[in-house]
Amino acid sequence: MIAHDTPLSRRAALTGIAGLVIGVWLPDAAAAQSGAARAFGARAGGLVPFAPNAFVRVGLDDTVTVMIKHIEMGQGPFTGLATLVADEMDADWSKVRAEHAPSNAELYKNFALGAQGTGGSTAIANSYEQMRKAGATARAMLVQAAAEAWRVPASEITVERGVLRHPSGRHGGFGEFAEAASRLPVPADAPLKPPSAFRLIGQDGVRRLDGAIKVNGTAQYGIDIREPGMLTVLVAHPPRFGGKVASFDAASALQVSGVVDVKQIPTGIAVYARGYWPARKARDLLRIEWDDAGAERRGSEQLVAEYRELARRPGAVANARGDAEVALARAGRVIEAEFVFPYLAHAPMEPLDGFLRWDGERATARYGSQFQSGEHAAIAGVLGLPLDRVEIETMLAGGSFGRRAQPSMHFAAELAQVAKAIGPGRPVKLMWTREDDIRGGYYRSLFVHRLRGGISDGRITAWSHTAVGQSILRGSPFEAMIKDGIDPTSIEGARELPYAIADFRCDLHTTQVGVPVLWWRSVGHSHTGYVVECFVDELLQATGQDPVRGRLAMMANAPRPTGVLRAVAALAGWSGPGPVNGRARGVAVVESFDSFIAQIAEVSAENGEPRVHKVWCAVDCGVPVNPDVIRAQMEGGIGFGLGHALFAEVSIDNGRPLPANFDTYRALRIHEMPEVEVTVLRSIEKPTGVGEPGVPPIAPAVANAMARLGLGRPRRLPMVRGAA
Amino acid sequence: MARFEVKVNGAVHAVDVDADTPVLWVLRDSIGLTGTKYGCGVAQCGACTVFLDGRPLRSCSLPVSALGGREVTTIEAVSGREAEAVQRAWVARDVPQCGYCQSGQVMSAVALLRKTPKPSDRDIDLAMNGNICRCATYVRIRAAIKDAATALGG
Repeated sequence: MIAHDTPLSRRAALTGIAGLVIGVWLPDAAAAQSGAARAFGARAGGLVPFAPNAFVRVGLDDTVTVMIKHIEMGQGPFTGLATLVADEMDADWSKVRAEHAPSNAELYKNFALGAQGTGGSTAIANSYEQMRKAGATARAMLVQAAAEAWRVPASEITVERGVLRHPSGRHGGFGEFAEAASRLPVPADAPLKPPSAFRLIGQDGVRRLDGAIKVNGTAQYGIDIREPGMLTVLVAHPPRFGGKVASFDAASALQVSGVVDVKQIPTGIAVYARGYWPARKARDLLRIEWDDAGAERRGSEQLVAEYRELARRPGAVANARGDAEVALARAGRVIEAEFVFPYLAHAPMEPLDGFLRWDGERATARYGSQFQSGEHAAIAGVLGLPLDRVEIETMLAGGSFGRRAQPSMHFAAELAQVAKAIGPGRPVKLMWTREDDIRGGYYRSLFVHRLRGGISDGRITAWSHTAVGQSILRGSPFEAMIKDGIDPTSIEGARELPYAIADFRCDLHTTQVGVPVLWWRSVGHSHTGYVVECFVDELLQATGQDPVRGRLAMMANAPRPTGVLRAVAALAGWSGPGPVNGRARGVAVVESFDSFIAQIAEVSAENGEPRVHKVWCAVDCGVPVNPDVIRAQMEGGIGFGLGHALFAEVSIDNGRPLPANFDTYRALRIHEMPEVEVTVLRSIEKPTGVGEPGVPPIAPAVANAMARLGLGRPRRLPMVRGAA
Repeated sequence: MARFEVKVNGAVHAVDVDADTPVLWVLRDSIGLTGTKYGCGVAQCGACTVFLDGRPLRSCSLPVSALGGREVTTIEAVSGREAEAVQRAWVARDVPQCGYCQSGQVMSAVALLRKTPKPSDRDIDLAMNGNICRCATYVRIRAAIKDAATALGG
């Protein structure tokens, strides 16, 4: 490497090279105030002399801060993305920090979404190369700076745990060379490590970066924001979806001490107060007449009945091979099953909330934004500001499970509306209560699936599947994904099976209902995984085949699902479904978001209800970046999937959601959580997601065990109805 | 509004709030101690767990007027050997995912270990089943409590 010391101009500093947007930190106070500095999320103070690109900052104290373009809502992107950078830099993990990147679609877009945002279990998959390049570039520049200082060839310098060394005995930390490195040109093609040289990627013991702050109360979420003069805002929403305010009387509400104002906004009536409690009391005292002329009045039972009728007629064809109808007519035996899935709320522990400061000229929003680019535009639109006068600072989020990934941008728009309604210079914190959250819609769609399977000569010869439910994508910015009337998220996991069945058909009826729906952790797989894995198990049982060997026999051309199925069978010491001593085992294998998961659940019956004792899980998500985070996501996905399958339903009656809080929307608790054992397959495939794929297999695995206990595979979820 | 003097984490704070204001909102909105979280407001989820004279309590459901002279301890100030062991075990096991419920989980676990140094699985179930974790970190919560108990010599 040849030494250079030509300082880059600001213009050059912002020029994209090799897929990275490159900037050089200017270590003076003026630069710290500049737009470029803000774009890199740097703070004034001169302690961060080296920012070789939009993702890496090196401090004089040797700390490496990684700017994370994906929101940390529990799934571990702070840790995973920083691991990618740190490994390529050969950084000392104890000196690595993570921060949310600011809203800037050009610098921080998700390559899977085309805009800044998080979803679809894409954080690692779309960042793997980008973050490694960012780390490799930073490392190369630090090495070059040391080479020039020591007057030795760069090739003779090694880096280990944040220390640069030369055989002559010279050594120094990253901080020592940070300023010199910042004056070097940015190499276009810093080499990436071969996987054999990874020191952090794939290793156990790389602890989460956000662990300590989450056990001592110092982690800051949107709900924790407090600023002088800030008003807490609660909004009374219509009790039926599509309802509107006809008239309201706020006289009593305004009598509550601490209440500042009450305003009508497009989504309801907003109460402004000094703190949550006066806002809550005042909202309860509002007298509102609702206009339900345009509201949805149907309830869950009516929708189920309508969907069942539809399921008896063929829908729009999503996929077909051969002729399923002919094959069913010729089959020796036909088995039919109908499955009903309820609306589900995401109910993240932190309900929706957000802070907005607006002075009439500029606006800063701070909250757990999951789709920054769209919400940036939504806030600017409501406030009538150009995009460059609005910024979003992404906060840690107390869970999401899909709830904060809003194509409608409804929360960001409401946040801007409450600020606009009271006028500039009044910072606001908008909060949704738990009741607002569970009754507020944007649910996992209610679905009905009807399946018919044909069996001849001990083999499954025909499969016909009709799905009925609302589209998540229709009317959203993602509508272009709907092709030939098929919303792919409605039947993902059902239109292609890992099983070879000669005559196959999958079709779909998309319904129109006024209840807003949204993706919910694992999206379509949250229901299709259950349908497919229960039904194939039922057909295998009818043919007298073992659930594991029967699946393997039909998956000859699918090495990865075969791999996880074999792995989970080995982990569990599978010797058939049982029951043995009152405990039966059920299996399921589901591919979702390009990851492959197989699970075996051991279940007994207690008072006619399933009791899940243990779950074994095998996961193939390509190169495992952080095996322990992967295990954590499997454990959490299993608990999330199990809790909802057992207990959860947002039933709607006459247009009104019935449950309102955790007393009526039952969540899994610690005594209901099974023991979980996870094996992470070693792989050299490109890494894929783990946030969602742990969810789909657990419910069918439990149902398939229930069938062996004589409880049958539940045809309607939740399994324990009326559980709340 | 009325004036209340509340003892929190060893200090006395004078706050002007309605008498029915839950302790949770006095902590969060009046005093600025935001480590204690709102999750349900109806004592169902445990995210708001604090100690009242050393015993765990859902702060969302206790009005400030009922506090009297009792001392509130929050996650920001919980201390002692059980607290240190629990927090160390939580980090070593990487228990938190989103982390939002974990203040409450830690408080409940500390209270358990102060009372029951060597808890059985059933003891853990009974002490912890009022704390919901939507990320379902329960496997690690259970393991970390056992780690902490071991570290404490239980």
